[in-house]
Amino acid sequence: MTAETEVPVVYLRPPKGWSALNLRDLWFYRELIYFMTWRDIKVRYKQAVLGISWAILQPLLTMVIFSIIFGNLAKLPSEGLAYPLFSFAGLLPWDLFAMALQRSSTSLVSNANLLTKVYFPRLVIPFSSILAALVDFALAFLVMLGLMVYYKVWLTWNILWLVPLALLAMVTAMSVGIWLSALNVQYRDVQQMVPFLINAWMYASPVAYSAGLIPQGKWQIIYGLNPMAGVIQGFRWALLGGNPPDKLLIISIVVVIVLLVSGLFYFRRMERTFADTV
Amino acid sequence: MTIAVRVENLGKKYRLGTQLRTYNTLRDAIARTVSNPGGWFRRLGKGLRDPSANTIWALRNISFEVEQGQVLGVIGKNGAGKSTLLKILSRVTEPTEGSGEIRGRVGSLLEVGTGFHPELTGRENIYLNGAILGMKRAEIARKFDEIVEFAEISRFIDTPVKRYSSGMYLRLAFAVAAHLEPEILVVDEVLAVGDAEFQRKCLGKMSDVAQQGRTVLFVSHNMSAILRLTQEAIVIDKGQLALRAPTAKAVDYYLSQGLSQQGERTWDPSEVPASAWPFCPVAIRARSSNGKVTDILRSVEPITLEVEYRLLAPLTGLRVGIYLSTTRGEPIFTSFDTDDPSMYERYTSRPAGHYISRGVIPPDYLNEGRYVVGLNASSFNIKRYFQDEQSLTFSVDAAGAPGMQWPEARLGVVRPHLAWYIDAVGASQPDRLAPVG
Repeated sequence: MTAETEVPVVYLRPPKGWSALNLRDLWFYRELIYFMTWRDIKVRYKQAVLGISWAILQPLLTMVIFSIIFGNLAKLPSEGLAYPLFSFAGLLPWDLFAMALQRSSTSLVSNANLLTKVYFPRLVIPFSSILAALVDFALAFLVMLGLMVYYKVWLTWNILWLVPLALLAMVTAMSVGIWLSALNVQYRDVQQMVPFLINAWMYASPVAYSAGLIPQGKWQIIYGLNPMAGVIQGFRWALLGGNPPDKLLIISIVVVIVLLVSGLFYFRRMERTFADTV
Repeated sequence: MTIAVRVENLGKKYRLGTQLRTYNTLRDAIARTVSNPGGWFRRLGKGLRDPSANTIWALRNISFEVEQGQVLGVIGKNGAGKSTLLKILSRVTEPTEGSGEIRGRVGSLLEVGTGFHPELTGRENIYLNGAILGMKRAEIARKFDEIVEFAEISRFIDTPVKRYSSGMYLRLAFAVAAHLEPEILVVDEVLAVGDAEFQRKCLGKMSDVAQQGRTVLFVSHNMSAILRLTQEAIVIDKGQLALRAPTAKAVDYYLSQGLSQQGERTWDPSEVPASAWPFCPVAIRARSSNGKVTDILRSVEPITLEVEYRLLAPLTGLRVGIYLSTTRGEPIFTSFDTDDPSMYERYTSRPAGHYISRGVIPPDYLNEGRYVVGLNASSFNIKRYFQDEQSLTFSVDAAGAPGMQWPEARLGVVRPHLAWYIDAVGASQPDRLAPVG
């Protein structure tokens, strides 16, 4: 009869109002998060001749294009660093963010067959698609190290800052991603909009150019609200030295937290009807 | 006894599918937001439910309890609401009204192979699918060999499942699901996979599960499986709980309910799902040798089964056919109007119009008993336009059939008139007796 007490009781009732986040359930399904992440990674480059090397080629080729257009032709200032190095340090967190956002926002719809057949906390799906982006990030990071060796830039202890900065990039992607993924279940307009959003966001972040180009004053403050601006600046600073990110980063963290918490509640509310609307 | 599942006044309302797209565009939402900015957040939370959209109650006023360790059968026609009920119980969707209480982990086999990824190998899919169905990694690892053996795919375990035959795929999928060990198992029509031998194996596995004292809710169209695995069953009809009774009684009720169609079943165009287009069934009938539409037919006379239908557009490769099975759900035969090669060539395509396809069951074929006729209209490998496994039932009377001089029940679904010869070898009067007739 000891087993009796361990048996979980589930109550079924109509969806009404906003409910508690129930993150414990998510913890219970942590192995599923692991397997879904693993599936996303495994499947992504299947039947591609170059396989996982695409994870390296994509940022590398983007860097080459940026270097030709923005570095050589437009001659954008790069804070005294070699432009390839400068842009790759920006692309590194940007690609992590962009891939996590893009994959998470369409994740629910592309897993519709699971939503309509099996129960598990729906957050597992956007979560694991965000985690899967880490593999590409790790590979691109190796390229970064290679570039640094080539340009004879040496690592400092500042590199430890990359952990919270990468985390911030992922949490930012997650906060927007869970809003968009839940909205996408109902409005497929979202998946049309996401590539454009990511594109626009990139121009609003100092990936190809230096944040120093932004004029002082109110524009700088608005710019500072973009968490990715701080993350990218932070990456450059932690890897290559130069100016540390603005204090405005704190404000953008607050923005992200608000977005994340509201997103979680919205997601939680909508997940009860995903199976019916997807 | 502990109650494992208790539901009270459960109901589920659906909006009809076609409305969804037109009402749910962002443009619509934005347009409404402009006219009524305050309601935006409220609607966002509710998911833009439009009161004017068509709704349908898939399930209503369902109350029942299942004791721990009980195996309960759930029977009902297609669209009666069985799957909706199971989806609610397995928490895939939530009820619109009513409440429920479930003690224990629910494992659902709503559709085998859910979450299988074609690019992954058999081994990888076992782990992935197991995790999706709620198994722990250690649990899967422990049962891995058993699963592979059950599925009979050990040679192909490291091959991507997209290279599997459909039979292998289904066997593997069922094997994973069958090795779940939740306190409550919800099973929906999973026995219809694979060949006869594998089905027997599945059935055996299900009765093992039942004997381990786990609570099982078991849905099937296969009445013999229901009879074999469950002692008690509920019948769901048009979203309502029609009956709860010992299985044999529930099966009888279900078979007599709404199925005694007086030798004819007609369809109103509104009953035909949109997915059937351009095929539109009008009626299915059983006719006796003198052309009368009837419920009772004679074994010794030809039985005509006819399907009347309209094609709202020309169709290529259409075949209209019937399934004949016993009331216990055992199949007897399947036959299509273009089975014959000459018919097949003549009707490669059919123009739009009104048709009747007739199939004649030869005399001296069926034994006495009650039979179920199913209807299928499909293009092979392209689309199944319409299917109804239980369109019509009829009884066969054996009067005049071979062997009626002995008032005994004869086993089997066929009662053929065999040509018998008796040679009296070495008898005192060596006369050869020729068969009569």
